[in-house]
This record gives sequence, C-alpha cells and structure tokens, in this order.
Amino acid sequence: MTGFLPGDIVLISGTGILEFLTIFILAIFVGNEVVSRVPSILHTPLMSGSNAIHGIVLVGAMIIMGNATGAAQIVLGFLAVLLATLNIVGGFTVTDRMLEMFKAKPADNASRSKSKDSDAEGGAK
Amino acid sequence: MSHASATLVLTRGTSAPVWIDLVYLAAAVAFIVALKGLSSPKQARNGNLLAAAAAVVAVAVTFVNPAAHFSSHTTNLVLAIVAMVLGAVIAVPVARTVKMTAMPQLVAIFNGVGGGAAALISIVVFLSDAHLHSLGAAKPAVYAISEGLLGLLIGCVSFSGSAIAFAKLQELMTGRPITYPGQQVINALVGVAIVALAVATLLTDSVPLMIATAVLSLVLGIIFVLPIGGADVPVLISLLNSFTGLAVAASGFTLNNNLLIIAGTLVGASGILLTRMMSKAMGRSLANVLFSAFGSVVTAGGGADGTGETRQVKTGTPEDIGVLLAYARKVVIIPGYGLAVAQAQHTARELADLLMERGVEVFYAIHPVAGRMPGHMNVLLAEANVPYDELKEMDEANPEMSTADVALVVGANDTVNPAAKNTPGSPIYGMPIINADEAANVIFLKRSMRPGFAGIDNELLFDEKTTLLFGDAKDTLAKLVTAVGEA
Repeated sequence: MTGFLPGDIVLISGTGILEFLTIFILAIFVGNEVVSRVPSILHTPLMSGSNAIHGIVLVGAMIIMGNATGAAQIVLGFLAVLLATLNIVGGFTVTDRMLEMFKAKPADNASRSKSKDSDAEGGAK
Repeated sequence: MSHASATLVLTRGTSAPVWIDLVYLAAAVAFIVALKGLSSPKQARNGNLLAAAAAVVAVAVTFVNPAAHFSSHTTNLVLAIVAMVLGAVIAVPVARTVKMTAMPQLVAIFNGVGGGAAALISIVVFLSDAHLHSLGAAKPAVYAISEGLLGLLIGCVSFSGSAIAFAKLQELMTGRPITYPGQQVINALVGVAIVALAVATLLTDSVPLMIATAVLSLVLGIIFVLPIGGADVPVLISLLNSFTGLAVAASGFTLNNNLLIIAGTLVGASGILLTRMMSKAMGRSLANVLFSAFGSVVTAGGGADGTGETRQVKTGTPEDIGVLLAYARKVVIIPGYGLAVAQAQHTARELADLLMERGVEVFYAIHPVAGRMPGHMNVLLAEANVPYDELKEMDEANPEMSTADVALVVGANDTVNPAAKNTPGSPIYGMPIINADEAANVIFLKRSMRPGFAGIDNELLFDEKTTLLFGDAKDTLAKLVTAVGEA
C-alpha cells in the first residue's frame, strides 16, 4: 500500500464515485418505498426512528477522530463524536420509549378497531 | 508528517477490509428492514431495536477498522471513547425522563446535533486536505471537495434550523411566525451568497472561505426557520431530519463509506416523503408550509365574513357542562394542541373514566395532526394509559359524530373548524376535519378567544349549540371531573 502515490489513490476513489452514486440513487428508491404506506399514528415514531438511524454518522465521526492530527482537528473530531453519540443514543432511546407505550396496550396489535362493532367499545368498561 | 499524510490519503481513497465492509453492509440492510418495520404498528418496536443493534455492531467494528487508525493513534482512541461515554451519559437520562409532550423538541435537538456532526466531519476533512496539500500532496478531486462542502452546507442548515425549531417548541422564543419586509428576497440572496462562497472555496482551497461558507449556512438555517409558525414546526423538523440524512450521505461520499451513504440516503428520501405526508394531513402543500408564513399573513387578511371579536359567544360554568356530560349517552372527546401544552392528558382520561363509570359511551376522536406532531396525540394518550380501542382516527370517528350528544373539544380549534368544509376561500379549505359541528352539543375548552394556529375565526365557536369554558385545559378538565362527580 505504501507504494502508492497520493495521486494514484485518488484515482482509485475516482473509479468508486460511480459505484457510490449508484448506491445513492438506489437508496433513494428504497427509502421512498419503505415508508410509502405509513398510518398517521406512526408518523411521529417513524420520524424519531429515522432520526436515530442517521446517528450512524458516528461511524464517520470516529474515522475522522482516529485520523485527526493537530489541536484543531482533534477538538473538532472530539466534538463530532460527541454530537453524533448524542444523536444515535438519544434517538434510539427516545424512539423505544415512544413505541413501548404503544406496545403496552393489549388492543394495539394489527386488528385496528375498524373490524369491531363500535357499540361494544364504549359503554361496557 | 509525511507518514501521516500517506495514511490519511490512503484512508480516503481505499476502503476497509472486506469483512468490515460486509458488517457495514449488513448494518445497512438492517436499517432498511428496521425502517420498514417502523412503518407498521406491529413491527415498529422490533424495527427500532433491530436498527439499534445494527448501529452498535457497526460502531464496534469501527474501533478495529484500519481506516480509523485507532491502533496507531491511541490518544485519539481514548478521546473518542471519552466523547462517546460523555454523549451516552448525557443522552440516555434526557431521553428517558423527558416529558412526552416535550418530545418533539428533543427529536429536534437530536436531529440538529447529527447535522452538526456531519458538518464537523466535512470541516475536519477539509482542514486535513488543506494541510496535506500545503505539504505537497495532490489536491483532492473537484467532486471530492464538492461532496465535503455539500455535507458542510446541509449539516449547518440542519444544525441551526433545528436549534431555532427547538427554541420555538420550548417557548424560549415566540412560536408565532417572525416576518419582516423582503424576507424571501433576503433568504434567496443568502442562498446565492452561500453557493458563491462554496464555489470560491472549491477553487481556492481557502480555509477562511470554507469557514465563511459554514457561518453563512448557519445563518441560512436560522432565517429559513424564523417565518415558520409553531404549528408547522413539526413538519419542519421532519424536513430538517431529512436534511441531516442527506448531510450524512454526503459524509459517506467524503469518507467512501457505504453504510453512511445508504443510511443517510434512506433517511433523506423517506424523510422528504414523510414530510409531504404530514403537510398533506394538514391539507396543505409543503411549499405552503415553508414559505407562506401562514399565521401572520392570514390573520391580517382573514375574517372573510366579519371580525369575530365583536360577536357574542356563549360561555358556561363547569357545573352546567358537568351535568350535560353526566347525562349524555355518547360523548366524543376531541383533543388538540392545547391539551398537549397543558399536559392535560391524564385529567382527560380521568374525566373519560368517570363518565364511563356512569355508563356514558366515550371515545376520543384523533385528528391526524392533533398535538405537536402527527401521531403525537396517540403517544400522549397512550402515556396516560388510555386504552387503544378508545382512540378513533378521524375517518372512523366522523360517521359517529351525528349521533353524539356532546363533542368535547379540548384545546383544539383548526381541526374542527367547519370553514375547512364550507368556506372555499378559507386558507384551511379542503383540510380534513373532525365533524364536531354534527354533534348535538359542542363544548370548547379554550384558553382564550385567540384563533388557532391557522389564525382564522372558527364559526363553530359562535354556533348556538356551542358552549365555551375558558381556562387552562388541565384546570377546566379538573373542574369538570368535580362537577361530573357531583352531578
């Protein structure tokens, strides 16, 4: 590896850009597809959950931190790791708390009360 | 230093060992499955747990990823661990204890810091590239610098925009739209200036210019959010969430990391779709939400059929209303933003339980955008242990409204405004509403006569079958509990 000149390496990543663009474009379609039919009651948990998923920027922050040299880069890298950790840890925790409350209800499962007779619900406790 | 330069260039040009890339790929697949799971009520919690597990694994292998060079940079390793522990120690208790009503602002913060992290990654990469370039290394390709600048720009907008959204929801600043003359023009000029600065940065590799781009992007985030009213902020947070996803994807391009590209793009794409679904649930287009400064403009031009302030409304005492409720056969509770602000969900449940004990049929009619975020009201009522089958979504509730004796509207306004059905010129015309006007009696628990966030008068308030009870939703509900108990 050390035999490569910096210029050569950049060339390698130059061939990679198309691959990354391909992945990027396919991911757009996947992202659209997976949330195409979400009931409105799940909009909030979904927003919160996807918020947690982009916390994976932590992986990038760690790589940056590992390579940081000099005070400025180290301080900024440290901050990046800290902020990304807040995003990923906080995001997953708060989403789980939200969903836990939905789960706790026995009637929560798929049979939305649509199929039920509405008279049966209210009066009898 | 020449050694460092070689390793860093290698980092950005080469990928990690195959097995590490495979782990990242598996994590990316898990994120896709998780997102799919989060879209269905049955699988949602498992989906979230799956994503969390995948994230833990991906972070763990990054410690041994040669691209991070932790084995040779032990100081950096220690600092990274310190930052992560610190982050977790702060985030977990906050996320565990925050009140469910304050959750939207918490999501805003977690989103903002993610955008900030992506922006910082771009800055550090830029600094290190500039440093290496000054040592004689080749300048990175134009697209590589562009990716970094894109991540910087979007990340900064998301960071400062989320901060303002937080301040609005936390009521650190007014939730009303903040407008000034020429606002759109100024915003557009700032946008143009950012593009110009970014291009100049690209051409010159200048660190000061890069910093200026970052600062101006932060400014753009702020001025972009200022004119958006409190009721629309949730839609905005969803949009900023999508922005952060795109910023993370840009970081993925910069670092040649598939996981970041896939995860970031997933969130970016699904976030924009989700944002549009949210706007649609409010009967408006996304452009309308973002650029119309709804509240202020409409208040000025609203009141198509006369001003509301001079007209008479009927107010009642808690005792009168308590009797009405206690002897009703069917009561529909329509909760809104006011209930959320007053943290009145527990008291509402108390009242509902009391009525049900008396044999009154009670259910909650939930408008899709009730509360501070779509679906937020369901979360709040679930927190107050309201059984799921007492909650009816709008489409389910509306056919039953005409047989209800009382529609009890708690802190809602626009979501029951008949103008959405009857007044073609109204800004909310076409928005689906809960048909409270079809019930035999309508009770409004309101803080004041102030119009809802849409800033439009509600004809239903002046209807002769309507009775108003002013006050904080929690207080008035508590009074009703007492009154029903004595009835």
